[in-house]
Amino acid sequence: MFIELERRPAHSTLYSALSPFIALILTLVAGAILFAVMGINPAKGLYSFFIEPLTEVWSLHELAIKAAPLILIATGLSICFLSSNWNIGAEGQFILGAIFGSILPVLFHEQVGIWVLPAMMIMGMIGGALWALIPALLKTRFGANEILTSLMLVYVAELFLDWLVRGAWRNPEGFNFPETRSFSPGQILPEVLDSGRAHYGAVLAIVAVLIAWFMMAKTIRGFEVKVIGQAPKAGQFAGFDAKRVTIVAFMISGALAGLAGIAEVSGAIQQLRPTISPGYGFTAIIVAFLGRLNPVGVFAAGLVLALSFLGSEAAQISLGVSDKLGRVFQGMLLFFVLACDTLIHYRIRITGWAGRARTGET
Amino acid sequence: MLEVRDITKVFGELVANDHVNVEVGKGEIHALLGENGAGKSTLVKMLYGSLQPNGGSILWHGNATTITSPSAARSLGIGMVFQHFSLFESLSVAENIVLSLGADKVLADIAEQTREVSHNYGLPLNPETIIGDMSVGERQRVEIVRCLLQNPELIILDEPTSVLTPQEADNLFVTLKRLKDEGRSILYISHRLEEVKQMCDWATILRHGKVVGECDPAKETAGSLASMMVGGDIAQIKRKKTKAGDGKPLLELKDVSLPAASPFAVALKNIDLAVNAGEVLGIAGVAGNGQSEFFDMVSGEVTVASDAAVTICGTQAGAKGINRRRKLGAAFVPEERLGHSAVPDLSLTENLILSRHGSDAAMFTSMGPIGFIQRDKVHEVAAKIIEEMDVRKSGEDPDASALSGGNLQKFIMGRELDRSPAVMVVNQPTWGVDAGAAARIRQTLIDLARSGSAVVVISQDLDEIMEISDRIAVMSDGRMSLPHNADDMSREQIGLLMAGMEGGSEQEGESAHVH
Repeated sequence: MFIELERRPAHSTLYSALSPFIALILTLVAGAILFAVMGINPAKGLYSFFIEPLTEVWSLHELAIKAAPLILIATGLSICFLSSNWNIGAEGQFILGAIFGSILPVLFHEQVGIWVLPAMMIMGMIGGALWALIPALLKTRFGANEILTSLMLVYVAELFLDWLVRGAWRNPEGFNFPETRSFSPGQILPEVLDSGRAHYGAVLAIVAVLIAWFMMAKTIRGFEVKVIGQAPKAGQFAGFDAKRVTIVAFMISGALAGLAGIAEVSGAIQQLRPTISPGYGFTAIIVAFLGRLNPVGVFAAGLVLALSFLGSEAAQISLGVSDKLGRVFQGMLLFFVLACDTLIHYRIRITGWAGRARTGET
Repeated sequence: MLEVRDITKVFGELVANDHVNVEVGKGEIHALLGENGAGKSTLVKMLYGSLQPNGGSILWHGNATTITSPSAARSLGIGMVFQHFSLFESLSVAENIVLSLGADKVLADIAEQTREVSHNYGLPLNPETIIGDMSVGERQRVEIVRCLLQNPELIILDEPTSVLTPQEADNLFVTLKRLKDEGRSILYISHRLEEVKQMCDWATILRHGKVVGECDPAKETAGSLASMMVGGDIAQIKRKKTKAGDGKPLLELKDVSLPAASPFAVALKNIDLAVNAGEVLGIAGVAGNGQSEFFDMVSGEVTVASDAAVTICGTQAGAKGINRRRKLGAAFVPEERLGHSAVPDLSLTENLILSRHGSDAAMFTSMGPIGFIQRDKVHEVAAKIIEEMDVRKSGEDPDASALSGGNLQKFIMGRELDRSPAVMVVNQPTWGVDAGAAARIRQTLIDLARSGSAVVVISQDLDEIMEISDRIAVMSDGRMSLPHNADDMSREQIGLLMAGMEGGSEQEGESAHVH
């Protein structure tokens, strides 16, 4: 028996728009079944996972803290993905951004002044962009698959950070704990409101979304990305340089991931540790697709995925389940999003053994 | 052994095969001759089960048969070797063959059989070699051996020599003779006349989906075969034309050569050409003889090292990209509408920006390097083009893919004509376009030339070339013949040039050395 995907002659615009919501509902249904199998009342499980974190002011602040890096990274990734460049290594670019951005607070601890925070943010963007430049150059110069190279560079970045905080950058007064000095007050992103912890990273995320939206919807640069991504040959006809687009798209997404990294470290953690991300760089891939690679959609999707982080923490406390449950929900969400998108464009056809083993020339 | 009776295949409004009759005897090498688009591929796809006919019947050993799929064809004893190979580059020869033969085969057995069969037929292959490391000729060998392992009685070869070196082609001919001696039949698709004359016992000639003749190719001349292929019997359409060549050259190419970019591409060889103001220069040729490479080179999508090789309106432009050439006054329309001259899933207005964001930057964008798109202006120009070219569409600003081929082509032509280009280069202007739109497009090209521009039309449709050209050149194997006045050229001459021979004589040109 063969299962074939057959392209539909036309795809429904209505379903295309509804697809993220259908995926969300399917995730909830699957989640309810999962809770039931685990012996937990599904209604109670879903409530403590998805509703409870939204009922208090402090947890809304936590939502903003978690959503900001997701939105920043996913905004960059959506530009990269639209150009048909598959940057899977945002997690590594996040880490390198955090490291570059921390050069000032770690090595020049005494430096304070109004210029320090902007300089840290810019250094973070440079770090992320340079890390993303590696797979971009490997792709344009040697044709190396960017999915593999960008992914593998994540592990290099993680080990590099680990080495730094245990070695060269370890806090001399830190009782041999693997962490850097705490940043001084002038090197910490301030809180936006008095009511809670949410810092200016959230504002940066909103600014990034607006700029990305403007670029993609209103300018030739965004047009260039879309054309190269959808029809490279037409891009060549338009006089666009596919290699340059690859490099620029990678650097934009790396810069935003790096900015997310230094904003997270400066705003939320306030020092470097061996682990500074609960997987933001990977979760942002889901955010980008759930948001349909559109900056505004990414904003909404970032909030949804941030909720899944909070929900897994909340469920860990109130239901006593593993915090891996959040990962399961994120995985199911990505699965359903991609499945919905595929089924909008294709239909499934089942054929017997006599079917077309080899369709031959097309 | 195989008999095709009155077979008909219709795609939409296009009749690809119109009551075609072919008979292939046992142990016969049977040629299918015809220009591109004559219906050869459609016919063999039906024989191989990839397509189903709309009418007529296929008789296999005298019994009416329905061939539902390629695997059904294989189990009947019909094998096919495709022009473009379907091999996994990262797998070995034996692994590729096992994959296509079915799950019940053992890799080691297949490897042994592959070695044996390939040596027996003079096509030596090492079953362990990875496909990615093989030359194109060797890959074709894999395809042929894969086909032979299924012990077919009829083998279909789709333009097998188009990717081979002359020596590889010679080896192939030896193998084919041997297969024939074993009593297997071969259906051989080609447009290389010398090859067909030398190899084939019988030929069926297709033109515009119909059988226009049958012959023993050995008893014909290349010239008579060519004129059957391109239809010398059709009444010639001639219009009153202005005298060509009275203007100054606006597009000049001087001794341009470019190596092939991929195994399936054609290298351009020493192309010289000058196109004058006021004329339409038609470039004829069978598909795959370098026309698309030529187009990319002229348009600047692929640049050449020497700036002096290409001159547009008096400025050297060989090393300049497509947008700089546009700014010199040139405009280009590629062959492939969806995916080359237009992005399928972008709207018409966005597709207007596609080719004109550089040449009309001042009109369509602002804010310098940021390139803010002036939507109002783009919509205004798009509306003008749509009206002038009578583009029929549904909705306000539909995606390019939502338009019919003819309407999209009218929009694309209008997009370029709107700039009143001094040089216009068009590849296959009316391919897959309905008759009404085609006539309109041809008229606009003639009108543009008469208004003082230099127009180049690359086309495989000889009728179109004869209808609109003042001068005609022919491309064959990456070379360009000298252009001649259209009035002085017969179809037979053009046909010979298309087959790679110098016009007017039976002498072979260099490019005809395929054996």
